[in-house]
Order: sequence, then structure tokens, then C-alpha cells
Amino acid sequence: MDELIIGTTAVRSRLITGSGKYRDDRLIPAVLAAAECDIITVALRRIDFDRPAESILNHIPKGKVLLPNTSGARNAEEAIRSAHLSRAMGCGDWIKIEVINDQKYLLPDNSETIKATEALAKEGFVVLPYMYPDLIAARRMADAGAAAIMPLGAPIGTNRGVLTKDFISILIDEIRLPVIVDAGIGRPSHAAAAMEMGAAAVLLNTAIAASDDPVAMARAFKLAVEAGRTAYLAGCAPTSNEARASSPLTGFLDT
Amino acid sequence: MAATIILNGKPVSPDARATTVGALIAAQGIDPSHVVVEVNREIVRRDDFDRCPVRDGDVIEVLRFVGGG
Repeated sequence: MDELIIGTTAVRSRLITGSGKYRDDRLIPAVLAAAECDIITVALRRIDFDRPAESILNHIPKGKVLLPNTSGARNAEEAIRSAHLSRAMGCGDWIKIEVINDQKYLLPDNSETIKATEALAKEGFVVLPYMYPDLIAARRMADAGAAAIMPLGAPIGTNRGVLTKDFISILIDEIRLPVIVDAGIGRPSHAAAAMEMGAAAVLLNTAIAASDDPVAMARAFKLAVEAGRTAYLAGCAPTSNEARASSPLTGFLDT
Repeated sequence: MAATIILNGKPVSPDARATTVGALIAAQGIDPSHVVVEVNREIVRRDDFDRCPVRDGDVIEVLRFVGGG
């Protein structure tokens, strides 16, 4: 069976979904069911005592792997603090490191991310760093004990697809850890293309949550990820610049 | 004079009966099983909520999971 193995955990689905931006969080169980995903991301925030909202955990079925992110962290120290707090919630020890100090494009700070990866991996966290697809940084994250590498396809929430495709290919070629394309995937065709390239999985949120019908879109992404993965395993046929006839070139009537 | 604490970044004077973290959370009507708490940058284990005192000047953070990507 073609399982995705992260750290010591094997999961069936190669589609990881976020839980943000839903117009109604009560949609989430149906979305997760349609996506058939095993891993779901959440964020950690202060409770607003003037308007205490329900915990997102009320909408996430038991048995999912919870992947809290460190969003809001601007440096390694804040990411580590966030990871400690998330672990104290008692929902496992997975952490998506997200260190961002650029507010316009929300691009990750690779060097701070390496520091946080090293510290948290030493403490036994299953560390999945969100990163800019730079080979040298990815190697350092792998050496620091990351369980997977999560390069961005395009800035968060832009839905522009895998603009960094060629550089993610280099990571897939060189890094012996699952390479999960995170951010930028806006359409099922983008997800399928990433999987065809050999990405181990894709992580997306906005593409489903901001669609007109999130449950149907979750199913579309599930199918796209499966199609792309199956194509990768099947080995895509070579490309060429000149035509290669698919039908026999001889034996047509008088020719 | 009532105690003043910094709760999630805002100065507040909690109910005089909210002498522990557990009581402080309960007074807000929040389910303790879905929150994490830091007092003066130290994480308080959930089992210790009812034993952890709330003192004048404490800086307390109460957080929960929300939707995120």
C-alpha cells in the first residue's frame, strides 16, 4: 500500500487540509470526510474573552492527526514558545513551523525556521517546517531533524499554483524526506501537477475553504491528489518537440 | 484593593473569587479541556489549573486552537 510516512506515522491520504477561513466551521466535518484526509492543520490564538468562540477541536473528528502551526511567530523563539503551548493542549507533538516576518507576501524566514526546527526536533516534536524552496535551507532543516519539508508553491492564500515548481523539483530530487507542497495551490489541477512531479503530499486551505462549495471542492482535491500520485507512480510518458504518431503511418487506403 | 492581572494582553481585575487559574477560566464560562494557559511565561499543566494561584500583577495567557492553514 502506498502510504505517506512522516516520522513514524503512516497515513493513507496525501492531501493535508487547513481548518481556517471557513464561512461556517460546522462545514469542516463534511469537508474532511469528502477530502478523506488524515492530517489537518490548526492555529493557536488567544481567547477573546469578550467574544469567546468555540474551539475548532469541536469540529474536527477524533482520529485525525492534528498539525498545529506556529503562525504569528516572527522568529525562532516565538515559534518554539508556540510549539510548547500547542503541545500542552494534549493533541500530539506534531508542529508545522511557520516563521513569518514579512507581512505583505507572508514569506517564511528560512534561517529562523532552521533554528526552530533544530530546537524542537531535539525535544521530540515531529517537525514540519514551512519554507521557501531553497535547497541549502532544506538540507539544513533535514539535518536538524525535520520529519518532512514543506516548500511553498506561491504566497499563502494567493491560489496561483506551484510557481516554484522547478525549485521544488530540486528538493524532491535531493531531500530524502517527504516534500509536501504547502501554500499557493488554488485548483485541483495544481495539486495534481505537484503530485505528478513527485511531491509526497500537498497542504492547502484557502482553495477549499474559499470555494463556492467546499465539500465538493474537497472531493475534487482528493481525486486530483490521487490522480497525480498514481501518475507519478505510473511514470509519465516522455515529451518531445516533434510529433510522434499514435496511429500507424502506413496502410491507409491508397497511400 | 482588587488584584490586577494582565489577561491576554489586557489589564483586568478578576472577580475576587477567581483565586486560581481554574476558577478564572470557569468564571469566563470556558471549557478548560480546550485551552492552554501560561502564567508569567510558564505553561500551567491542565491538571494544575485548580492549584495554580492567580496573583496581583500576573501576566496570564489563555489560548485555544482556531482554524488555520
